[in-house]
Amino acid sequence: MSLWNKHAIFEKNSILLLIGVLIVISIGGLVEVAPLFYLKSTIEHVEGVRPYTPLELAGRNIYVREGCYNCHSQMIRALRDEVERYGHYSLAAESMYDHPFQWGSKRNGPDLARLGNKYSDDWHRRHLENPRAVVPGSIMPAYPWLAKTELDLNHIDQHMKVLAIEGVPYTPEMIEKAASDAKAQGTDDDPGAADLVKRYPKAQARAFGEKGRLTEADALIAYLQHLGTQVDFKVYDDKANLR
Amino acid sequence: MDARICVPCRAFCNRECRDRLSGFEPLSCTPVALPTQEVGGKPNYNFGPIKFATIASVFWGIAGFLVGLIIALQLAYPELNLGLPWTSFGRLRPLHTSAVIFAFGGNVLLATSFYVVQRTCQARLAGDLAPWFVVLGYNFFIVIAGTGYLLGITQGKEYAEPEWYTDLWLTIVWVTYFIVFLATVIKRKEPHIYVANWFYLAFILTIAVLHLGNNTTIPVSIFSSKSYIVWSGLQDAMIQWWYGHNAVGFFLTAGFLAIMYYFIPKRAERPVYSYRLSIIHFWALIFMYIWAGPHHLHYTALPDWAQTLGMTFSIMLWMPSWGGMINGLMTLSGAWDKLRTDPVLRMLVVSVAFYGMSTFEGPLMSVKAVNSLSHYTDWTIGHVHSGALGWVGYVSFGAIYCLVPWLWNKPKLYSLKLVNWHFWVSTLGIVCYISAMWVAGIMQGLMWRAYTALGFLEYSFLETVEAMHPFYIIRAFGGGLFLAGALIMAWNLYKTIVTPAAEIEAGVTPALVPAE
Repeated sequence: MSLWNKHAIFEKNSILLLIGVLIVISIGGLVEVAPLFYLKSTIEHVEGVRPYTPLELAGRNIYVREGCYNCHSQMIRALRDEVERYGHYSLAAESMYDHPFQWGSKRNGPDLARLGNKYSDDWHRRHLENPRAVVPGSIMPAYPWLAKTELDLNHIDQHMKVLAIEGVPYTPEMIEKAASDAKAQGTDDDPGAADLVKRYPKAQARAFGEKGRLTEADALIAYLQHLGTQVDFKVYDDKANLR
Repeated sequence: MDARICVPCRAFCNRECRDRLSGFEPLSCTPVALPTQEVGGKPNYNFGPIKFATIASVFWGIAGFLVGLIIALQLAYPELNLGLPWTSFGRLRPLHTSAVIFAFGGNVLLATSFYVVQRTCQARLAGDLAPWFVVLGYNFFIVIAGTGYLLGITQGKEYAEPEWYTDLWLTIVWVTYFIVFLATVIKRKEPHIYVANWFYLAFILTIAVLHLGNNTTIPVSIFSSKSYIVWSGLQDAMIQWWYGHNAVGFFLTAGFLAIMYYFIPKRAERPVYSYRLSIIHFWALIFMYIWAGPHHLHYTALPDWAQTLGMTFSIMLWMPSWGGMINGLMTLSGAWDKLRTDPVLRMLVVSVAFYGMSTFEGPLMSVKAVNSLSHYTDWTIGHVHSGALGWVGYVSFGAIYCLVPWLWNKPKLYSLKLVNWHFWVSTLGIVCYISAMWVAGIMQGLMWRAYTALGFLEYSFLETVEAMHPFYIIRAFGGGLFLAGALIMAWNLYKTIVTPAAEIEAGVTPALVPAE
C-alpha cells in the first residue's frame, strides 16, 4: 500500500521526524494552555483577594519548604460532600497570586483551602509541635523545629520584588515596608498594625506564638489562619461567575 | 581524549581502550588518539557511559525503593518521621519520586538509549566526551536535586521539585543528550531509523519542552536557592499537569516503549509484530498524551471546557496505548514457549501486561464520575505503582538483565534461577501493593462521601485516616518485597560482572530445564 510507504520519509530523515514530533506534541498543549491566559471567564471576578502579607508569604514559603502539599490539598472540589466538609468550593481567583499553586493531588490529611480561623493559634502551635497531642490517631509528622527557629526576614523584600515582576500587585511601599510589616503583624498591639491592615485588608495582626520573638511557626500559622478567608461568600454571587 | 578524563572511565572502557591506555601517565595532558569509529569493518561501539548508567540505575533504584519503603512505613507509623526536618514525610516523598523516576528511570533510559541507538544505527556514539558528560552530568543533577530536597530546597511542584540552578544544569545536560542522540542517528549506516529510536527521540525532545515550560522561574537572587515560578494559580496548575502527566507519558511511557521495541524482539528472537501498528500507535500516542493533563484537575477551579477536553483525550488514549501493548505482546508469536524457560523474557512480557492494565485503568480514572471518587485517594497511588513497579520497573529489570552480559562480554547471566526468584518475589510485592491501595483508595473515597440516614456526613476525616492503617501496612510489606527482589537482582548482576566468562559458560549454576 502506497500510503504506508510514505512513512519512510520520516524514517529516513531524522530532521523531518524531529519536526513532525515537535508539531504533533505542540498542538494539545497550545490548545489547552494558551486560552487560559486570555479567556476572560477563566478567573472569577471577586472582591477581597489580595497579595499575601510579608509574614504570610514567609509562612507560605515554609509550607512549600516542608512539602505540605504532598499530603494536603488546597482545592475544594464542587462536590456536595466536599462543600459540606470544608466549605465553599475553591475559586480560581483565590489562588491567583499563588506562585506556585498549592492545590495538591493527595489527601493524606484534610483539605486546607479554608483552614483559616477554624482553629485557635494555640491549637496550631500544639498541633505543629506534636499532631497527636491534639488529634489522637493523626499520621502527620511533628514539626517541633518550627517553633524553635527564628524567622529569617532578611530578604523578604527581595522575594516580593520578584513576585511583583511576575504580576503580583505589590506596590513599592509594600516592598519597602516588608520587614517592618512582618514584625508588626506578628506582634500584639504593634503601632504599625493599622498601616499594615490598610495595605493588606483583613490582615490578622497579633502574636501568633510566644511574645517577643518571631518564629517560623508563627509565620506558618499566620499563613494558615489566612487560608480561604479572603472572599466573603455571604456577598459572593455564584451565578454571575458561572462558566 | 584527555587522559585526566580517562582515569575514571578506565574501569568502564573496553579491552582495546584499556590497552591503549596502559602505561599511560594518568595526569599528563598529552592527548591520545581518539577511538576509531570502526574496528575491522564493524562499528567500534562506545559502551563505557552505558556501563556507568547501568550500574547507576541499579544503585538509584535500590535507594529509591528504600526511601519509598520508609515513607510507606511513616504513613503507618508516624513516629518514624523522627521529628527531624530532613526525615519528615514532606521532604522524603519528593526524594522517593525523584529517585525512582529520574534517577532509576533516567539512568535506565540513558543506558538503553545509548545502547540501542548505536546498535540499530550501526554507528559509534557521537562524540567521545559528550556521552560521558551526559551520564556523569545527569547523575550530578540527581545528587544536587536530592540533597536539596532534604534541606528543604524545593519549587513545591510535584515531580518538578528541583530549584532553578538544578534546572539550569539539567537543561545543559539534556541539550547535550539530545545532540549526542540525534548526531548518532544522523550518522547511521542503516537507511531507516528503527522504531525504538522514534520513541527515544520523541521522549528526549518532549521532556526538554516540558522542562522549560514548567520551570520558568525567577530566582530571588543568584545567591538564593529560592525562586518563584512565573505562572500562578490556575495557569500554574494547568501547566504543572501538562508537565506532570507528560512526565508519565514521555519519560515513563515513550522512553520505556522504546526499550520494549528493542529488547523484547531481541530477547524473543522474533521481529516486531506489526510495522504498521507501530507507526499508528507512535503518532497517536505522542499526539494524544499531551492533551491528558487536565484529568488531574477534575471538578477544580479549572474551567470545564479544559476538564472535558482532558477527559476526552485520556479516554481516546486507551487505544494507542493498547496498540503498543498488542505490538509488544504479539511479538512473542511463535516464541511463547520461551516464557517457561527464560525469566528475563517473562519479566519483559509481564511488564507489557502491566502496561496494558494501567493504561486501561488510567482512562477509567480520567472519567469525571470515577475521578470524583478516586481523586485525592490512594487509588491514584495504586494506579501509579501498577505502572511504575509493573511496567517501568519490570521492563527496566528485563533490559538490565539483557544489557549486563552484553556490555561486560559474558555469555549469559550468572544465574537465571535468581532472576526467577526476583520475578516471583517482586510480583508478589506488586500484587500486595496495588490491591491494598485499590481497597484503601476506594474505601476512603466512599467514606468521604458517605451520608447518614439523617443527611449528615457519616465519617470525620480522621476516621477515614484510621481506616487506612491496615492497608498501609500491607502496602509497606509489598514495597519491602519489591525492594528484596531488586537486591536479588543487584547480587546477580554483581556476580555476572565479576565471574569470568568461562566459569559462567561452564555453568556455576544449573540452567532451568524446560518442562516436558
